[in-house]
Amino acid sequence: MRISRRLFIRDGVATVTLGLTAPAFLSAIAQAQGLSSRRLVVVYLGGGNDALNTLIPYQDQSYYSRRPTIAVPAGQVLQVGADATGRGLGLHPRLGGLLNIFNEGKLALVQRAGYPDSSRSHFEATDIFGTANPSTSSGSGWLGRYLDTLPKPVDALSAWNTTGETPRALVSGQVGVPAISSANTYRFASPNRGSAALQERAAAEAMAANPAPGRPHLGFVNSTNRSAIETIDRAAQALNYTPTIAYPNNGFGLALRTVAGAIVTGIGSRVYWVSTGGYDTHAEQGAGGGQYGNLMGTLGDGLFAFYSDVRNHGLANDTTVVVFSEFGRRIAENGSGGTDHGAAGLMMVLGGAVRGGLHGTAASLQPGHPTLENSSGDVRFETDFRSVYARLLDNWLGVNSVPILNGDFRAGAPAIF
Amino acid sequence: MSQLDPDIDHLLRRAGFGVSASEVETFSRMSPNNAVAYLVDYEGRPDDVDARIGRPDHSQVVSKDLFSPDIDIDDARQRWLFRMIHTRRPLQEQMALFWHNHFATAYSKLVANSGALQAAKMFAYKPGALRGPQGQLELFRQDALGNFRDLLIKVAQDAAMLVWLDGKSNTAASPQENFGREVMEIFTIGVGHYTEADVRAASRVFTGWNLKSSEPFRRDDPNAYQAFFYSADDHDTGAKTFSFPIAGGSHTIPERGAANGMQDGMDLITALATHPETARRLARKFWNFFVSEVQAPDPQFIEGTAAVYLQSGTEIKPVVRYVLASPWFRDPSVRFARYSWPPEFVARAIKEVGWQGVSLDQVRTPLANMGMLLFEPPNVGGWPSGAAWFSTATMLARSNFGAQLVVDQKEQLAASLSSDGQTQQGLMTAMAQRITTAPLDAGPQQALASYLVAGGAWTGSAEQIATRASGLARLLVGSPEYQLI
Repeated sequence: MRISRRLFIRDGVATVTLGLTAPAFLSAIAQAQGLSSRRLVVVYLGGGNDALNTLIPYQDQSYYSRRPTIAVPAGQVLQVGADATGRGLGLHPRLGGLLNIFNEGKLALVQRAGYPDSSRSHFEATDIFGTANPSTSSGSGWLGRYLDTLPKPVDALSAWNTTGETPRALVSGQVGVPAISSANTYRFASPNRGSAALQERAAAEAMAANPAPGRPHLGFVNSTNRSAIETIDRAAQALNYTPTIAYPNNGFGLALRTVAGAIVTGIGSRVYWVSTGGYDTHAEQGAGGGQYGNLMGTLGDGLFAFYSDVRNHGLANDTTVVVFSEFGRRIAENGSGGTDHGAAGLMMVLGGAVRGGLHGTAASLQPGHPTLENSSGDVRFETDFRSVYARLLDNWLGVNSVPILNGDFRAGAPAIF
Repeated sequence: MSQLDPDIDHLLRRAGFGVSASEVETFSRMSPNNAVAYLVDYEGRPDDVDARIGRPDHSQVVSKDLFSPDIDIDDARQRWLFRMIHTRRPLQEQMALFWHNHFATAYSKLVANSGALQAAKMFAYKPGALRGPQGQLELFRQDALGNFRDLLIKVAQDAAMLVWLDGKSNTAASPQENFGREVMEIFTIGVGHYTEADVRAASRVFTGWNLKSSEPFRRDDPNAYQAFFYSADDHDTGAKTFSFPIAGGSHTIPERGAANGMQDGMDLITALATHPETARRLARKFWNFFVSEVQAPDPQFIEGTAAVYLQSGTEIKPVVRYVLASPWFRDPSVRFARYSWPPEFVARAIKEVGWQGVSLDQVRTPLANMGMLLFEPPNVGGWPSGAAWFSTATMLARSNFGAQLVVDQKEQLAASLSSDGQTQQGLMTAMAQRITTAPLDAGPQQALASYLVAGGAWTGSAEQIATRASGLARLLVGSPEYQLI
């Protein structure tokens, strides 16, 4: 392997990058293990997405009567047909990009995804989607347990988190997932230049190699630091990627561009984590436009750019994206033109290999209807979110979902592949 | 190892932001008990830190225009960092940080609602030159060791909170659940101790706890403001029943006329503040904040701390005094058993390495990359702390901050170490006394020793000291051992 040394000066601080020349950036370990090139991109909508305004039951009179100011007018929705019970449904008008993917048959909309006795707490509910266990909001996550099944030694970039903190879903017993969002900061800076700077990096790496016997908390920080230094050079390759299409210039778009860069440059990560926030729309959320319209624009435009970019590289069939949020929102709008915390939500799965379409059925929003709960305030779940996870694990990532999910959730899973 | 008693070093890392060279003398003659009293009973010393902003022998604030920490959020961030570094009342700033995380409120939502100037003012206005109520941070500083029930009431009536959790639009006609839920889940008793019916009832309790704007109100007018306003017409006067007792064993807040309806909120807050689960929850948070994030809370500590809290009528000062003087806090095994929060790390590094020429404005972006931009928590739950502070990205941000800080201190470091630096061991000892990491095992010690002579045998030349002292300081500040406090 040929190593070129580059030294940057930023703000008076020298940065050392050991640039690996092609084709070394395809992980040697991943290659040696002959791992499949399939990858899963997980998108978390933080705050509790108002699913009823994402996939809109535009023929339901109660939708309009219970949401006098925030209902999206029927004439504006992007129609996607009707569910098995004949209820007409449409996407939010700002999801034009997703409509394209839906019309290609590559976007699956899994309605009323959730679990019994849904938590209305952001933190508990997010952790439940992470652990995949409604009775435990601590411990390892479902994707972390998947990573634990990978053959050892596990590549340091077997998963890639584009956010700063590690989500519950990626918490693993054995694998630390690097958090890499920005090329600007994912580097090793030094107060010196030249060989002294390189020697500092080497010394930091040597210090981090200490297993710290008797001090597991220090051992954890050491291993994080070691993983950081080890992944700097490979990550730089992906972060410098030039896409085939313009991504929206916002955090979500840039994170998806980073993921595409990692995929296209052959980093070999199996799981990517992306999140976008602002979904806790308690007030002034708007209908077709406004705050919620902006959220939908960010989501739809970003996903469409990503899908198109990956497809342009001929990699769409190896890439699946799943979108979720911690809960749906209340059916009726509140006094602030927003919605409070609710129950079942919408999961979306898209990719070249996905069997698109409407999965499951819509709720009837008429008070008293059995598809509702909490005094008809919220939508009752129909599809257990863990059955979607099961399908992704069994049919996409190619591992047995039962031990990872601590149960068999295959029955009733939507046929998304 | 610093020159201080290890108990006092430990205390100052947890109840403060470490020790600067100029403070060593103050603490060197104190017993650990005296040091606890010094930190807790800070009211005897003047709150004069802001008056020292701009002095050349302190760290520097840098602003595009006139430095305006009351109405500009970046300047407010600099002022708070300045306070952490230079205050004579470190526990006050530390508790303000604790409350900022406990009642986590985010600037960006306030900007969307009220514009940048009003949003900054709602966080940071220090009463004096302008009109309007004090900012949320000033409340946290003022009540840093005050009464928790009183603090909850003030928070429920705080303009930033009324925007953040939408209380400003909570009315009888359409109750708004955001504050009603979080006051139980996040601020007091926690998940598992209330029901969905309680959420609806709590939301009704706070109907009419709204905001009123000054008139005329222009967003970009520094004298304009929004303040708490009880709108009797928008209050739900009906009885509200809870799953937990409110007062005198009753679970119900009785029906009341709208004019007296504010009492509903007082009753609920009193019930929540004095609820035994709130006492235990605060005790657990204090265990993690002050004692250890490595060892699980000792049940005796939780019961003891909760009892002090309840017996003192929800006063925080006796609770913190109890915690800091407790045998659990003094146990040597809890030293360096806590993961530093980014501002703690940054302030301590600046205090130990040196602040000559340090621009606090340049600390903002590194702090954001470490995961803690002040006044911008990710959500109402605050920042995920403990081990969650550490990912590869945030660790690199901390490590690289060491490089940034040291670049500015290169000459100063070299000058102060010119005599100790005559030998390799002398340099190492002097530096370790100054930059106080958790104990270094043999492996890291060897890595540092090898680094010092990686460019050639030690000669003690001025150039060698300049290069290796700065490199060593960078490695120590950026080390995993330094991230633990």
